[in-house]
Amino acid sequence: MDIAALVQELQKKAPAAGVELTPTGVVIRRDDVPLVFGLLKGEFSFESLQCLTAVDRKGTIEVVYHVYSFTHRLMAVLKVVLAMDDLNVASVNGLWSSANWFEREVYDLFGVKFTGHPDLRRILNPEGWTEHPLRKDFKGAGVVLKPVK
Amino acid sequence: MVTEELIVNMGPQHPSTHGVLYLELKLDGEIIVECRPNIGYLHRSIEKIAENRTLVQFVPFTDRLDYLASMNDNLGFCLAAEKLLQIEAPARAQYLRVIVAELNRIASHLLAISTFAQDLGAYATPLFFAMRDRQKVVQIFDELCGQRLTYNYIRIGGVAGDMTPEIARMIGEFVLYFRKMVNDYDELLTHNIIFKVRSKGIGIISKEFALDYAVTGPSLRASGFKWDVRKDEPYLVYDKFDFDVPVGANGDAWDRYYVRIQEMRESLRIIEQAMGAIPEGDPVAKVNKVFRPSGEVYMRTESPRGDLGFYIVGTGETFPYRLKIRAPSFSNIAALAPLIKGLNVSDAVCALGSLDIVMGEIDR
Amino acid sequence: MAVNESLPFASYIEKMPGGQVILATSEDLFNWAKAASLWPLTFGLACCAIEMMAAGSSDYDIDRFGSGVFRASPRQCDVMIISGTICIKMGESLKKLYAQMPEPKYVIAMGNCSISGGIFYHDSYSVVKGADALGIPIDVYVTGCPPRPENLLHGLIKLQEKITARKAEAV
Repeated sequence: MDIAALVQELQKKAPAAGVELTPTGVVIRRDDVPLVFGLLKGEFSFESLQCLTAVDRKGTIEVVYHVYSFTHRLMAVLKVVLAMDDLNVASVNGLWSSANWFEREVYDLFGVKFTGHPDLRRILNPEGWTEHPLRKDFKGAGVVLKPVK
Repeated sequence: MVTEELIVNMGPQHPSTHGVLYLELKLDGEIIVECRPNIGYLHRSIEKIAENRTLVQFVPFTDRLDYLASMNDNLGFCLAAEKLLQIEAPARAQYLRVIVAELNRIASHLLAISTFAQDLGAYATPLFFAMRDRQKVVQIFDELCGQRLTYNYIRIGGVAGDMTPEIARMIGEFVLYFRKMVNDYDELLTHNIIFKVRSKGIGIISKEFALDYAVTGPSLRASGFKWDVRKDEPYLVYDKFDFDVPVGANGDAWDRYYVRIQEMRESLRIIEQAMGAIPEGDPVAKVNKVFRPSGEVYMRTESPRGDLGFYIVGTGETFPYRLKIRAPSFSNIAALAPLIKGLNVSDAVCALGSLDIVMGEIDR
Repeated sequence: MAVNESLPFASYIEKMPGGQVILATSEDLFNWAKAASLWPLTFGLACCAIEMMAAGSSDYDIDRFGSGVFRASPRQCDVMIISGTICIKMGESLKKLYAQMPEPKYVIAMGNCSISGGIFYHDSYSVVKGADALGIPIDVYVTGCPPRPENLLHGLIKLQEKITARKAEAV
């Protein structure tokens, strides 16, 4: 199976979902995240979520999923585009447990909120920060720490 | 008698957390009821720095990700960049890369097994043995690129310097020497009854659990799942070599340890074959020094800890637009909390040690 | 008791003929004792920690200088070797660790990161620009990224020289 065949199968299984093949990955609509990923895990045996990250495209944020199927030896790259003023997307933690920390990292660095995530806290940066440092509009906060005495 | 749960903070400064990891353990007596790992104590914002460096300038930062296996991190990044830029390194460079990557794998596994043994109470002997042998690898790298830990040796389009006959002799001697030594480690630890009792059946990672948590590397192979990027998605010239992928049976801490011992033997085989077949030629391709990456690439390699992936997004600027490092230790440590639930504290240390984490690449 | 002339503190000890009795001020004696048994904290931050381990193991053998006893608790330590990058999250803990060490205490900043932020000085949002920025007083700076183990040992000897040449504090 290659990625084009996978997209065709997906379109057949879920005709209502907007699954679109682009040269850099499969773009899906935000609302179809639970449906499409459920199909990938359940029907197409994509056993493992290898990587989950995001890219700030200035105005939109792209969440990028790398899911891998050991059965088909196929890496599928899926993308969800989120508008800057509505950064909510369904969590895939229920499908792959590895998503837990990946999603926390994306929340920490980009501010994307994963609805349904059991424990959405900052992971790398200290609790209580308000900024999301990997956004393009982030102006380096530098280090704010009081010296001893 | 009234008992209550006790919260114990382990780390960020703790001798057996392998760096600055902070675990909040909720204990019922000696049993861990809940574990909350906290990371980020070594978050050096490498991904942000990458957006302000050219690809060539970024290579030294990859050294500092997984500082026990800098060569493998150099390699992973350079292969990803080369895939994006459509450059191919000359044949001699490819062989040199294989040799240094495997040497570094041995050095890294040496530290992994010896610190693991130290966590189990074998206080200094395995560590001193391992550091002695690691020193020999480090001396080869020192000759090769002038650094002991952060090499910056593998560059985009090739390697930084050619192997001299002196270095070839050192590598040959090391292979002969270490082939004997690896048996010593085997005798010293593998079938040591105390070591076995402490590590057998502890922290079992099953196949399904490993795939669910995206655990890779020796920890995945210990569960009996045969997956090695070198074998299954060959990069460089790994498909020309004859080597096995060792797997474990139960996926417990002892299996993870033993997979590493066997992998060191396989690495020796690869080094020997590569040294025998290395072609003459220029170790670096004639490439520009200024790259304008455009497009996207995800490339993974087999680092000593698992699948190391680099996701680079370029928009035609000299700086990459976004660079994500998919560090194997990050996924492996994410699996720690369910792994050590219900274990004794001393066994949790065993499970943690057998995962072989490096905080540098977890926090990035 | 024979006194090794090559030791940095040897000049402070006045030898009697025959070498049976040593006359020294209590100050010098305490300094000599302090310098010869600097127990470091087992505390690896980042890459430099590996070189610190290398300095502690077979080939370099930090034990020759009386510093091989790495203690896990800051309450039992004399010297803190800050080996690696200090990040903001870790900064608070580092200050606590320093505060927990008993007097007299010394700090070696090992590697460029703990001196100034090193390679992570620019464009980083989470790296503390050196232990100085935290207000931790540094006794010896050991440069390198990472410093070789020889370099760390050199830093340790420099610290010993500093201790023995210094007037004793209230002990």
